[in-house]
Amino acid sequence: MNLSALAYDLRMDAVEIIRAGKAGHIGGDMSVMEILTELYFAQMRISPEEAEDPDRDRFVLSKGHSMEAYYAVLARKGFLDKEEILKGFSQFGSPYIGHPNNKLPGIEMNSGSLGHGLPVCVGMAKAGKMDGRDYRVYVVMGDGELAEGSVWEGAMAAAQYHLDNLCAVVDRNRLQISGNTEEVMGLDDLHAKFRSFGWHVIDVADGNDVAELHQAFEEAKETKGKPTVLIANTVKGKGSPIMENRADWHHHVPTDEEYERIMADLQAEKTRREEA
Amino acid sequence: MEKTANKQMICRTLMEAAREDRNIVALCSDSRGSGSFAPFAKDFPEQFVETGIAEQNLVSIAAGLARCGKKAYAVSPACFLSARSYEQCKVDVAYSNTNVKLIGISGGVSYGALGMSHHSAQDIAAMSAIPNMRVYLPSDPLQTAELVKALLKDEKPAYIRVGRNAAEPVYQEGEYSFVMDKASVMRDGRDVALIACGEMVAAAKAAAEILEKEGIGAQVLDMYCVKPLDEEAVIRAASQVRAVVTVEEHGPFGGLGSMVSQVVARTWPKPVVNLTLPDAPVIAGTSAEVFAYYGLDGAGIAEAVRKILRPDGKEA
Ligand SMILES: Cc1ncc(C[n+]2csc(CCOP(=O)(O)OP(=O)(O)O)c2C)c(N)n1
Ligand SMILES: [Mg+2]
Repeated sequence: MNLSALAYDLRMDAVEIIRAGKAGHIGGDMSVMEILTELYFAQMRISPEEAEDPDRDRFVLSKGHSMEAYYAVLARKGFLDKEEILKGFSQFGSPYIGHPNNKLPGIEMNSGSLGHGLPVCVGMAKAGKMDGRDYRVYVVMGDGELAEGSVWEGAMAAAQYHLDNLCAVVDRNRLQISGNTEEVMGLDDLHAKFRSFGWHVIDVADGNDVAELHQAFEEAKETKGKPTVLIANTVKGKGSPIMENRADWHHHVPTDEEYERIMADLQAEKTRREEA
Repeated sequence: MEKTANKQMICRTLMEAAREDRNIVALCSDSRGSGSFAPFAKDFPEQFVETGIAEQNLVSIAAGLARCGKKAYAVSPACFLSARSYEQCKVDVAYSNTNVKLIGISGGVSYGALGMSHHSAQDIAAMSAIPNMRVYLPSDPLQTAELVKALLKDEKPAYIRVGRNAAEPVYQEGEYSFVMDKASVMRDGRDVALIACGEMVAAAKAAAEILEKEGIGAQVLDMYCVKPLDEEAVIRAASQVRAVVTVEEHGPFGGLGSMVSQVVARTWPKPVVNLTLPDAPVIAGTSAEVFAYYGLDGAGIAEAVRKILRPDGKEA
């Protein structure tokens, strides 16, 4: 399966997980899927066999609420078992909770409180430099998350330490819980902000396009002396018109009817992409 | 009183007051939905400040507003408000003595299976440790409304923690008279005193009803004012019973139990048992599942009382 179809297949897994646990953050799960797919299936040197390898690439899901998307990816990658996730997600006593839990294989850091991932990744990237290792460090943040001051403290430090082994991705879906990011707490001109913090900035016009993401990640690898950020312009709820670009779908759990509709839309798109 | 979330009562009470008092300002950090404050934002756009996902900013802005005459109500999930913006609470609110009321919503384990990042089982300890910070955990909607009305009249810092779910009403309209900073004695009994706060008051009441059927008399104290603790009420209760049991939706250190134990040890030594969440990440589950698992429901509290009254397992 090509990666563009795979992303739709994984969307279906995420939606299934949400339905099983009657919980989750569907909007951000859908917007971030190509970013995770490209990272886990094309970019990162990471696998269950080398889960403890000190040279493995590091990944932190700073927007930890997109856990269902992450479960889908970790299961497909062989770190976790999808059936176990479906049984346990959000259930009493289960380790499959609504945010990254590093008691589970494949997960480096716990998150859930926004604004932690980037500074943590500065530490990981700095350690790599200290030890002369060539692993890369990737962090995925929400755009609403960027209102946290800690993000910008981390951004400053990353440039200060010339962390060209660090690549941040902003899931720029322009929505957070209360609505449009520009109305809640405006971020534009985001490109200029990161650039003024000393970063190499790549605008990914369609952050739900794996080919475009691929090119951007390759450019990040080539960039020396400074960290790179991808501003990935995505669509929240990507995959079905009933949930696309809707703030109220941030953590809406689909009804039976909505579920059928979403799965049909995702299946159709997956098929289309497989044939393309 | 119908079943309403305490956070909803806070919004309603503030909206009533905000109509008359233009200095009342509410602040949210992308939390107006979860805080039930969307109606306030809609009806009083000129008295509302949105900071985005920035809890430190939220608290400092609130302090600045307060210093310039505003009555600031900063509304954010208790987990973030009490941890992420702890220093802002300490320095800008408590130390500078600004009229900021910190509203910690969805407190304790309200967020269930979202994990420890979203639990606030340390907030009573953290906030109580700050000089000049008061800490309130109202038990039901009626009391919450009365508490907010009282807080509107003063100009000092306070932290108020409420849960996410609709709270079980423990008081009936007309039958409850709220007194600021005084525990409410809900039941009398001469064997044990159950001292609880927040949603644990309903559980303590349920336990007292179970115990009554077994001939064990349990007092129930609603200690919504954790700081300043109603010490008189604690001493009076301790003097009347064989043992004291505290119940709270909080970890074992520095919360209501610790504070009650200090008072009892100093004034009227009696056995005290603190029923709390563990010193560990809380198990995933709904609030009800979590409470039952850790013995923080009626049955669990009753069982703890039986044990303390009959420590050797024999009939007392
Ligand atoms: C520190 C912190 N404050 C508040 C929250 C609650 N919260 C969870 S998701 C979310 C909105 C996130 O928006 P964004 O970063 O844009 O993510 P996305 O749109 O990708 O879902 C908020 C406010 C949190 N998890 N952490
Ligand atoms: Mg967003």
